[in-house]
Amino acid sequence: MSFPWAKHYEPKSDFMKWVDSRLPIPRFVYSAVGGGYPVPRNLNYFWNFGFMAGLALMIQIITGIVLAMHYDPSSAGAFLSVEHIMRDVNAGWFLRYAHANGASFFFIIIYLHIFRGLYYGSYKAPREVIWLIGVLIFLLMMATAFMGYALVWGQMSFWGARVITGFFSAIPFVGEPLRVWLLGGYAPDDATVNRFFALHYLLPFAILGVVILHIWALHIPGSSNPTGIEVKEEQDTVPFHPYYTAKDGFTVVLYLLIFAVVVFFLPNIMGDPDNYIAANPMSTPAHIAPEWYFCPFYAILRAFTFNFLWIDAKLWGVIAMFASIILLFFLPWMDASPVRSSGYRPLYKKFFWALVVDVIVLGVIGKLPPNQPFILIGQFAAIYYFAHFLIILPIVSRIEKPLPLPNSITEAVLAKHSSTSTLSGDLAAQPAE
Amino acid sequence: MAEITTDMHGDDAFEDGVRRRDFIHVATLSFAGVGTVAAVAPLLVQMAPSADVLAQSSTEVDLSPIQPGQAIKVMWRKQPVFVRNLTPTEIAAVDAVPLSSLRDPQTLAQRTKPGKSNWLITMGVCTHLGCVPLGAGPGEDRGPYEGYFCPCHGSAYDPAGRIRKGPAPKNLEVPDYKFSTDKIVQIG
Amino acid sequence: MRTLAPLVVGAGFIMALLFAIFASVFTPGFSLTPDPTAVSLFHKAPRHFEYSFEGPFGKYDHQQLQRGFQVYKEVCSNCHSLKLVTFADLKQIGYNEAEVKAIAKGWQIKQPTISNKDGSPTTRDNIPSDNFPLRYANDTEARSQNNGAVPPDLSLITKAREDGSNYVPSLVTGYTDFPAAQAAQFPDTRPDNNHYYNPYFSALNIAMPPPLKVDGLVSYKDGTVATREQMATDVGAFLTWAAEPKLEQRHHVGIASVIYLFIFAVLAYMSYRTIWGDKKH
Repeated sequence: MSFPWAKHYEPKSDFMKWVDSRLPIPRFVYSAVGGGYPVPRNLNYFWNFGFMAGLALMIQIITGIVLAMHYDPSSAGAFLSVEHIMRDVNAGWFLRYAHANGASFFFIIIYLHIFRGLYYGSYKAPREVIWLIGVLIFLLMMATAFMGYALVWGQMSFWGARVITGFFSAIPFVGEPLRVWLLGGYAPDDATVNRFFALHYLLPFAILGVVILHIWALHIPGSSNPTGIEVKEEQDTVPFHPYYTAKDGFTVVLYLLIFAVVVFFLPNIMGDPDNYIAANPMSTPAHIAPEWYFCPFYAILRAFTFNFLWIDAKLWGVIAMFASIILLFFLPWMDASPVRSSGYRPLYKKFFWALVVDVIVLGVIGKLPPNQPFILIGQFAAIYYFAHFLIILPIVSRIEKPLPLPNSITEAVLAKHSSTSTLSGDLAAQPAE
Repeated sequence: MAEITTDMHGDDAFEDGVRRRDFIHVATLSFAGVGTVAAVAPLLVQMAPSADVLAQSSTEVDLSPIQPGQAIKVMWRKQPVFVRNLTPTEIAAVDAVPLSSLRDPQTLAQRTKPGKSNWLITMGVCTHLGCVPLGAGPGEDRGPYEGYFCPCHGSAYDPAGRIRKGPAPKNLEVPDYKFSTDKIVQIG
Repeated sequence: MRTLAPLVVGAGFIMALLFAIFASVFTPGFSLTPDPTAVSLFHKAPRHFEYSFEGPFGKYDHQQLQRGFQVYKEVCSNCHSLKLVTFADLKQIGYNEAEVKAIAKGWQIKQPTISNKDGSPTTRDNIPSDNFPLRYANDTEARSQNNGAVPPDLSLITKAREDGSNYVPSLVTGYTDFPAAQAAQFPDTRPDNNHYYNPYFSALNIAMPPPLKVDGLVSYKDGTVATREQMATDVGAFLTWAAEPKLEQRHHVGIASVIYLFIFAVLAYMSYRTIWGDKKH
């Protein structure tokens, strides 16, 4: 598709020829994830998270469909039906724990995938659309995860639904009617849990569709790589199959291994005990916090504690929280540096790691109760978050002097290996590792 | 270029090496296959009846209010069970039918408990496609054989619940039950 | 212009945040270390109890669960329901069919049903497929009989509290006198007549009277000495089972899965390295 040396599918049997001339799915697969897709040879393990995310999505869809066969979307029945799944349904405990922890694992993978993109400048031309679609997937995931968490109808589900739909009430004039419209009532109830169930079932398929666009867009320029320089010749690439199918296969098993340890031995480690109490509209838990994957954004929401100019604190928080994600859409145009990889951007690299620490700090603050000094720490962390993307990145990308780039991917690979063995040793035949 | 030479060398030489490589791939793919099958298992078993459904498998019926000639419907496993108190006339009539004329030959004695041949307990589920036949409720059409009559596709049963006419292949099924006392029956 | 836009937007958010920081810092009474509360000073994390079900190879001790069930039945069930558990579930902790039937039939609270004759509400004996019946018909009845407090259902209590398997026995044995230090610092937090001081309870003052006041409150059939500590641990184990009845299956399947995936990972790694061979990357 992308490079002139990409191999073309050749049907091996008469039957496959027959199929290929009528519905060329094998040809499509071959050039999408087979030998017909040349991929840079120097990808490191950070390039395996895309494939893992695909697996995580499939795990969620498959376990979700079977859980839906036992779930009761009503305010009286939801919590009980989840416990029915945990106690009575054959293998129900496994399916439910896999689905609940699968959501967390999906986000872990996606965050690593996003930060890989940020570090290696994967969002830059010609891959802007891949990035935009990626941010859209992230937003859809957040909506899906939020509604899915609400379906358990425990205390955290209920108050999470209440608080998050409360964001919309910050919008001037239409806010409160909009909130009531979203809930189908004045507070979360039957109508809410029913529509959340319908949408929670629908959205993953929307995500799947957008993921296909994400991969399609990826196949036009081809994968980026840790050096950030473009592929120049056939030597720079290897066919996706078998090289990256084997590598992705290995990392996927590793992912499943860690996933299994959590599902079977620590299934509630990422959950909140309060969600094992059935929803009670008359009493809010002493301390509510979202699931960990929302915490950085929740911390940004809470950082705005005073009215400023003509906007009140509540609206500032909501705008800032949405802005903190929406700004990612503009990233390809805010970063003016011609160099993609932070490996060759010594100054930006420091700020990148500061951002990683900052997001972790925000995440921790989002989980902690809103007391001093956590409020103040959260406010400084939120300042850095906005400063990083909206001020530091645009300026640094214009003033920074990048390190010299290698001439080609192959040269970079050989240079890396010659630091441990001599180049002449590399040329000599060596048995397989 | 140097790279390509190295690769070719690796592929061509060492016959043993090639075989060992194949073995590793076969082992890995077999593991993947076994794992996939194992992962499909919970997706299938979750559809089988859950523990609470299996636990509700018995129900008790008090026979004392059922007069001769009458029948009642009770629920067992979310399905109707017909409990019918046959009159001596009905018993005599069904016993007179020659077994050879029946589609599913069974005597009334085979379908009731010893000494309790007036208590006919059958599933209220037509053996054709599962509708509930008429005839257990007061005033319902008992059909041409004075037993039960399924309105869906016209299967007619006699008072012993045996199929006599219509598309149903079998007699009304007799569930497992036992008399806990003279007048109390435990079904299931 | 396009270059300036992010700077302007960024400056807006940062100024709002800086304003919030200044406004809060210069608010009278601002302190980086908020004043301690009675809870922040006197609340205790649960003590640790030794349980057989801990760790990846953990299993329930059926003898202990049966003792715990006895404590639940003779003590806790006077106020607390266990509505998600069925009598038939007790077979999982070693009771046989006949024992389960007897337990269900002899259960003090009867199962609500309707009369076959006229449809009016009535009750019947419990049968094994029944869930444990509710102690109170509704929260209002519960409140009216317990000084305004609702005794929570215990089916999920060990999962609904942080470190629940340790929390339950810590709580039921944790009643103390109102500490003098707290009395000096927070005289307002002294428990009223309807509350009892318990440092393991999130609010310190709990409406539940000490349930295991003395040793020997129950007499165990297996001869174990029913000290308060013993009864508390046993009921903690029983309620852990009630909240997580599939723990043993989970551990079994988990160990098999992890061993399988570990070998699979090694094979997949070898496959990957073999395919890449000496291809430098």
